[in-house]
Amino acid sequence: MIPSLREIQKRINSTEKTKQITNAMHMVAASKLGKSETTNHAFVAYAEKIEEMVHHIVESYGEHNHPIIIPRKVKKTAYFVVTADRGLAGPFNNQVLRRLEEIIAERHHSPREYTIISIGRIGRDYFKKRNMPVLRTVTDLPDNPYFSDLEDLTFDTVQFYLDGEFDQLEMIYNHFLSAMTQEVRSKRILPLIGEDDVEDLKKSRHSEFIFEPNEEEILKSLLPQYAESLIYGAFLESKASENAARMNAMRNATDNADKMISDLRMQYNRARQAQITQELSEIISGADAQND
Amino acid sequence: MKKLTVEVVTPDGRIVNDQFDMVVVHSEKGELGILPGHAPLIAPLIISSARLKTGNESMKVAIGGGLVEVDQDHVTLLAQSAETPAKIDVQRARKAKERAERRIQQKRDHVDFRRAELALKRAINRLNMIDEDI
Repeated sequence: MIPSLREIQKRINSTEKTKQITNAMHMVAASKLGKSETTNHAFVAYAEKIEEMVHHIVESYGEHNHPIIIPRKVKKTAYFVVTADRGLAGPFNNQVLRRLEEIIAERHHSPREYTIISIGRIGRDYFKKRNMPVLRTVTDLPDNPYFSDLEDLTFDTVQFYLDGEFDQLEMIYNHFLSAMTQEVRSKRILPLIGEDDVEDLKKSRHSEFIFEPNEEEILKSLLPQYAESLIYGAFLESKASENAARMNAMRNATDNADKMISDLRMQYNRARQAQITQELSEIISGADAQND
Repeated sequence: MKKLTVEVVTPDGRIVNDQFDMVVVHSEKGELGILPGHAPLIAPLIISSARLKTGNESMKVAIGGGLVEVDQDHVTLLAQSAETPAKIDVQRARKAKERAERRIQQKRDHVDFRRAELALKRAINRLNMIDEDI
């Protein structure tokens, strides 16, 4: 049956309303993305400086035995998984969780060999439903975070590593390339260097810096701070990606709504035309019948 | 007279970037005064306040632990948190202090204990800066 004019009009109206909502969500995500980029920009100065310092010290210091630098036998790996608190962000959450599943399937035989540190409700619910081992979980972080919002989690993560709770830390998150593209990355955070690079470190170079009291003591306080900054940096990337992904998803939804509305209008006009034609032919045939 | 270019950098951005005559910070070994012409140096900072001086004027910054780097009259304080007294949220610092004290008394796992200890030190450091000003 061809839908009546009223039914089509009703569908047009409801699609219009959906479009208004998706359009508003698009604008909100766009403005949040702008703020994320400012936050990331503020962080870059710190990240660059701390990396530079680590290089200065690590280069001048030949005997590295700090556990944050040197790999140890891996009995347990921790995956730091960053998801969002809400959906409606296109593939943002799914692709992170899928990557984690792939990695686990490839490397681990039993849930005893890995553990998860999770940010975001989507991740938390997913792991809970599947009974996966979770060491720490944090949700409802603000959209424009300060370092202090994440301080406890980054501190605990590095401490857990130092205490031997796990022997390797990998982050799985959405890396922000541009407003249009984000890609899932899995990045080793701890230890800072891989098995292959250990030998390179043994060659110490001369540095003009005085280290007060000495390199080892400085590394003790610098390295955890550096590792924490890497985690925070990845989290900021993920936050920007989330806003960008949500912005794109909502823009697509708005575009689709536009297309649907124009299709429905076409249908509406056709139906209206058919109705007029029908009415006319009824009047004409009525008049014809009277003339006879 | 030569001056020091001083930067205070935190994960939330640069909070100070200016010229000063002298910088006094607290390293693990004690107080450290830095004047122009200082040898290149890297040292860890404890949770404390740093003083940035120009002439008779002195500016204080609460440092939540971190490092100091001196390189050719360029002093960088790299801290996980740092605030000038005007930026300190007294309410928040008081609450943080109470929360940390409670957590230390509960003595759950030792990671939690260490973290609470640091939080307490930072809160006290912030509150001290305000008190000294009054």
